[in-house]
Amino acid sequence: MPTMNMLQAINNALDIAMAEDEKVICFGEDVGVFGGVFRATSHLQEKYGKARCFNTPLVEQGIIGFANGLAAQGSVPVAEIQFADYIFPAFDQIVNESAKFRYRSGDLFNVGGLTIRTPYGGGIAGGLYHSQSPEAYFTHTPGLKVVVPRNPYQAKGLLLAAIRDPDPVLFLEPKRLYRASVGEVPQEDYQLPIGEAEVVKEGTDITLVGWGAQMEVIGKAVELAEEQGIACEVIDLRSLLPWDADTVVESVLKTGRLVVSHEAPLTGGFAGEIAATIQERCFLYLESPITRVTGLDTPFPLVLEKEYLPDHLKIFEAIRESVNF
Amino acid sequence: MTKYVHQPLFMTGDEFSIATFSLLDPEGELYEGAKEPDLPRDHARRLYQAMLGTRILDERMMAAQRQGRLSFYMQSTGEEAAVVGTAAALDDADMIMAQYREQGALMYRGFTIDEFMNQLFGNELDYGKGRQMPIHYGSRKLHYMTISSPLATQIPQATGYAYGQKLAGDGHCTLTFFGEGAASEGDFHAALNMASVHQVPVIFFCRNNGYAISTPSNEQFAADGIAPRAFGYHMHVIRVDGNDALAVYEATRQARKIAVEQNQPVLIEAMSYRLAAHSSSDDPSGYRAKSEEEAWRLKDPILRMQKWLTKKGWWSDEEEASEQETLRREVLDTMKRAEKRSPPSLDSLITDVYADITPELQRQYDQLKRHIRRYPDAYPRGARSLDLEVNTSTESQGEA
Repeated sequence: MPTMNMLQAINNALDIAMAEDEKVICFGEDVGVFGGVFRATSHLQEKYGKARCFNTPLVEQGIIGFANGLAAQGSVPVAEIQFADYIFPAFDQIVNESAKFRYRSGDLFNVGGLTIRTPYGGGIAGGLYHSQSPEAYFTHTPGLKVVVPRNPYQAKGLLLAAIRDPDPVLFLEPKRLYRASVGEVPQEDYQLPIGEAEVVKEGTDITLVGWGAQMEVIGKAVELAEEQGIACEVIDLRSLLPWDADTVVESVLKTGRLVVSHEAPLTGGFAGEIAATIQERCFLYLESPITRVTGLDTPFPLVLEKEYLPDHLKIFEAIRESVNF
Repeated sequence: MTKYVHQPLFMTGDEFSIATFSLLDPEGELYEGAKEPDLPRDHARRLYQAMLGTRILDERMMAAQRQGRLSFYMQSTGEEAAVVGTAAALDDADMIMAQYREQGALMYRGFTIDEFMNQLFGNELDYGKGRQMPIHYGSRKLHYMTISSPLATQIPQATGYAYGQKLAGDGHCTLTFFGEGAASEGDFHAALNMASVHQVPVIFFCRNNGYAISTPSNEQFAADGIAPRAFGYHMHVIRVDGNDALAVYEATRQARKIAVEQNQPVLIEAMSYRLAAHSSSDDPSGYRAKSEEEAWRLKDPILRMQKWLTKKGWWSDEEEASEQETLRREVLDTMKRAEKRSPPSLDSLITDVYADITPELQRQYDQLKRHIRRYPDAYPRGARSLDLEVNTSTESQGEA
C-alpha cells in the first residue's frame, strides 16, 4: 500500500472523483495551474482541462454562489476556500443558500453535489487570520454536513464520500497535518461513512472525543495517561453535522467519564453540544463532570500559540482530574 | 494596448451616456426609425395575456391580503413588460433565477393560477410544502428556480448554473432578475466578474424600478444607473425602456443570442417604475409623491402593449373585457379552493432538510409527535395530520 501525506491523499481523491465523473469540477483561488496554495489540486488542470479545474477571482461569496448554482444545475462542484478564516464572506451563500436549497423548494431543487473544501486550524504560526476553527458556526445549520478528517487515510475516504454525498458538505482539512501526517493510503477508490464516529482505541476508564488535528494531540495525552494506568477510549467524531451521538453515549455508559477537546474557543464551541447531549443521555452513569479542553475565548494568537492551544498536557491534566474527581 | 498621456488625466463616468432602446411610444405607435421585432401574432398575444394576467392576479391578491386572507404579497405593477417581455424572448427551457417580483415570467411559462394559489396559501399542494412566505414560487418543470428571500444571492448562482449549461453544451442560458437595489450587494459584483472572466452564457437583467423598498435610486448609487458597470467587467450591455414590452423582448432576444452563441454574459438594464408598494407591508405614500406615480401611470406598459396589439388587429376591446372577466373569476375561484385545502403534513417539518432524515432529526420528531398527542387542541394543524397517521399506522395507534 502506498504511503501518502494528507495533501497527496486529498489530491488522489479529487483525481479519482474527476476521472470517474466528468460532472466533478474543482475551482477556487489559485487552484488551477498552481495547484492551490497548499497544492491540493496539483496536476488536475493538466489532466482534466481548464474547464473543469480553474482559478476563480478572489471572491469567496462568488465562489460559493457560483458553486450553488452549478450544483443546482446538476454538476458536482468541489469549491476550495483558501483558508477557513476567509469563509465568512461566503457565510450567507453557505448558511442561507446551500443548506436550505432542498428544504425551501420542497426538493424541486437541491445542491447535493456541492463540497466545500477548506484548510482550518492552528499550529502553523498563522496568527489570528490563518488558524481559526470555525466548525461551530456551521454545525448550527440544518441542511449542511460538516466533516473533518484526522489523517491521510481518513481524508481520502471521507472526501470521496463527501463528493458523492446527496447533501452539501463542508470539508474542513487540518492544515497543520497536510504534510506532517503521513500514512498508508490505498491507491484505489474507497469511501468512509459520513455521520459515523470511529472508536480509534478502546478503553474502560474514560472517553476522549475529538476530531481533525486534535486527534493527534489526544493520542499523545492518552499515552501519558496509559503510563499512569488509565485505560482511555478514544473516539474520532469525523462528522460533526450530523454527529454520531450513539457511539459517544455507548462509550460514556461504559467509562462514566468524558473529556472533549477542540481548538476553537470554549464558549459556543461544539464541545458544549456534546457535553449537553451526553449529560442528558448518560446522567446517572457519570462519575465526574464532563470536561472541555479548548482554545481560549480570544482570537487565535501568533507568538503565544503554544500556550493558547489545547495541547496534550492540558488534556492529560483533564483526564487526571476527571479520574481523581 | 496601453496609451500614455503626459499630463494628469482624471476621468469620470460623465463622458458616457447610455441611450435607452425603445420601440413603442405610450400610444402604442412605433417610434420613427424603429423596426418592429419579429413577433408573430400568437406569441404576441401570449406575451400580452401573461402581462394582463399578472396585473389581475396582483390586484386580486393584494385585495385578499388587505382582507386578511393572505399573510403577505408583492406586486409587479408597472413592471409587467420588463418581466414578461424578457421571458417571452427566452427559450422556455432556459433557466430563470428571479428575485421575487417576477411572477409574470412564471405565468408566461404556464404556471397555473392554481399553482400560484397553492404557494400563496402554503397548502398541501404547494411545491415548497408551505415552508416559505407567499410569492416564493418555483417550478422545476418550467425551469424557474425557487425564490429565496436573501437579496441578490441568486445572481452568482445564475453564473454557476449557466457555467454548467455551457459545459453540458445544451445550447441554453440562464437569466437572472434583480432590482437596482440588489446591485449594491457584493453578490452582484461577484456574479458579473466571474461571468465575464469565465465566459458564461448568463443574462443579468436589472429591473431598475426607482426604489429599493423606500430608498430612491439616487441614494442607492451615484452613477447613470446600473448599466455603466458593465464596462468595468468588459461585458455587453444594453439599456431598454422597461415599460415597452416590444423593446424588452427584442433586447433580450439579442442578448440571448450573444449569450448562447458566443458564451458571453450580457447585462440588461430595464428602466421602469414600481407603481405599487414594495410589498404589502410597505406604504409608498410615506416616501414619494403621488404626482410622481401619476406621471408613470401614463406610461403604463400594459396599456401601451394593448394599444399596439389592437392597432394591428390582434386584440380587441371585447377580448380585453372578456379576458379580464375570465381571469378575475378564475383567480377568485382558485383562491377559494386553495384556502380550503389542508396544510402540509406534519412530516414536512423534517423532510428535505437532508436527502435522508437523520437519526437525530427523527428522534426530535418522535418527541414532538408525543407532545402533540398529549396536547392535541393546542396544535390544530399538527394534530389533524397526526390523526390521519393514527388511522393508518399501527405504530402510531400503539402510541396514541
